[in-house]
Amino acid sequence: MRKAALAWAAAVVTAALAPRALAQLGLPPVSLVETGLLAMTPLALAAVGECLNEKAGLVNIGLEAIFMVTATVGVWFAEIGRSGIVGLLGGAATGSLLGLGMGAVSVYGKADQIIAGMGLNVFALGFVPFLLISLWAFPGVHVFPNELMVPRLTTPLGQVSPVTIGAVVAAVLAHLVLHRTVVGFRLCAAGEKPEAVDVAGLRVDRLRLLTATVGGALAGLGGAFLPLGWFGALVKEISAGRGFIALACVVFAGLEPLVALGAALLFGLADGFASAVAVTPGVKERVPFYFVSMIPYVVTLVVVAAVIGRRRFPSTVGRPYARE
Amino acid sequence: MRTPRALRPLAESLATVALGLVAGGLLVWAFGHSPVAAYRALVAGAFGTREDLLETLAFATPLMLTALTFAVGMRAGLFNIGAEGQMYLGAVGAACVAGMVPLPPGVHLGAATAAGMVAGALWALIPAALKAWRGAHEVISTIMCNWIALHLSMYLTITFLAEPGRAERTVPALPTARYPVLSEDSTLTAVVFVAVGVALLAYAYLWGTRAGYELRLAGENPDAARYAGVRPERVVTASFVLGGLAAGLAGASQVIGRPPAWSLYATMGNVATLGFDGIGVALVGRNHPVGGVLAAVLFGALAHGGRLMEYEVGVLSELVRALNGIIVFAMAVPELWKMVGRRLSR
Repeated sequence: MRKAALAWAAAVVTAALAPRALAQLGLPPVSLVETGLLAMTPLALAAVGECLNEKAGLVNIGLEAIFMVTATVGVWFAEIGRSGIVGLLGGAATGSLLGLGMGAVSVYGKADQIIAGMGLNVFALGFVPFLLISLWAFPGVHVFPNELMVPRLTTPLGQVSPVTIGAVVAAVLAHLVLHRTVVGFRLCAAGEKPEAVDVAGLRVDRLRLLTATVGGALAGLGGAFLPLGWFGALVKEISAGRGFIALACVVFAGLEPLVALGAALLFGLADGFASAVAVTPGVKERVPFYFVSMIPYVVTLVVVAAVIGRRRFPSTVGRPYARE
Repeated sequence: MRTPRALRPLAESLATVALGLVAGGLLVWAFGHSPVAAYRALVAGAFGTREDLLETLAFATPLMLTALTFAVGMRAGLFNIGAEGQMYLGAVGAACVAGMVPLPPGVHLGAATAAGMVAGALWALIPAALKAWRGAHEVISTIMCNWIALHLSMYLTITFLAEPGRAERTVPALPTARYPVLSEDSTLTAVVFVAVGVALLAYAYLWGTRAGYELRLAGENPDAARYAGVRPERVVTASFVLGGLAAGLAGASQVIGRPPAWSLYATMGNVATLGFDGIGVALVGRNHPVGGVLAAVLFGALAHGGRLMEYEVGVLSELVRALNGIIVFAMAVPELWKMVGRRLSR
């Protein structure tokens, strides 16, 4: 598990050093860890789901779209149900439907999954502003009542969202399911040798639909978390490329959920650092805001280029399975 | 009923667009508007008058080019979705030369165009290099480059290129760097000929040169290409540079080929999403440069007609982009066409 060690070491070293660097800049260190954990949460949720999905042989690059749509729908559910939790559940349900849709066209439509995922992303780019206007008659920002925010728990480390804990639990569960259970064994087989799974009398299509749905639900939970657990408002660009950063976590992790969690923490800290710097008096005047905003994307690009390189994936990943 | 072989792709593309329109109509209906009224306004807005027709072409021009970016990538077996960022940098490059560097007439126009194209191509080199040497997947690297390009372009626009007293946009292009307007009552300029010319050049390159053949071979059969001695890094670089040139020109076309502003907005408002829209255009155009030109006119009509739809029926024109996504989604599903084919041949 060299990769896991690497990811975790990088995240821990960053977490240990960054507060000191921040103190030098005059920033409160706790806010970085808090923001880093918040930023980690949607990335980890989506990445863990996508690890399962890709293990079983499907690729969903529409995570960005799922984030965008479920952030909007999540707020809508929260306002109807007068509760942030209802919003999170609504987001997860919507995400599972989108994931199931992607799974169905991939499995039964034998779609080119990258193109279909791109289609979903382009769709969301237009549909989300359309939805914002249709639901609230306002195109740019929608601020919802503060009591709909999912409350954070106070811990010795600072304020932590229960969803963050959920993301960690999801990663651990996914790891256990993949490596310790029969279902996990079958999932991996569906990605590596679908013929064998088929011959053994198991349904490759159902296994893949299952992972696509679970992956969508986790991404949807992450999407709804963006406004309801983190930002406190809704903008049409709310996901800001995080769906693709989650995909980078998946590639980085080589489809291992626990490594993906570490990668998400690393990218989350970069994101948190950017958010923290952007609002700090004394720094924001000296460093142009535009360069601060680039940090998470540059970090992702550098990590993708420097660390990931070529990776081996399940042999049938992204390819539809047809019975002979 | 059997359709002739050459017409099949065309029929499939049109059927997909029709499917997208039906799905879009359902969306309009689901949110309480009349799809008939919306589409009537859309068609009238796109083709109603001669000016509308020209305006449709003006909307189509940048899409021909961003579609080319995606199409050349797909021909090489790459998912280059970085047209968006390459286009931002192209717009910045063109705005810089057009507004800040006085040059003699003729030379200036050429220099501004070239600056846009080169800036786009240079930005495309980043994901190209990461792919060729590190194997970094281009979907992730191009998207990250798009976001970095957005912030970089906004920074450059506001810090170095802003019009004094009007920080929200760049210094307008000097008259010597503007493409001639073709008709008083539309925003169509001669840049449309450059766009079509570039598409034709790309076609000649892909189907008429050895390098173009190697690029397509690498896309269609990577193993055969490797046996034939085609170097993958060269194919990756060539396809990204070509795509970057086209995307850069798309960005430039909105600054020096589109009245009335003749400048780039600091929010990227007058170029944003043209790169993503190119994906749908390219797919409907079957990843063919000429097909892309034709498909761009169709999507240009949707984009221009969408404005009247918004004005008259109150359906947000962003819906057109959602429709675009539905079309891309449908294009991804080959089984759909096999099913339709089986029905038709019965």
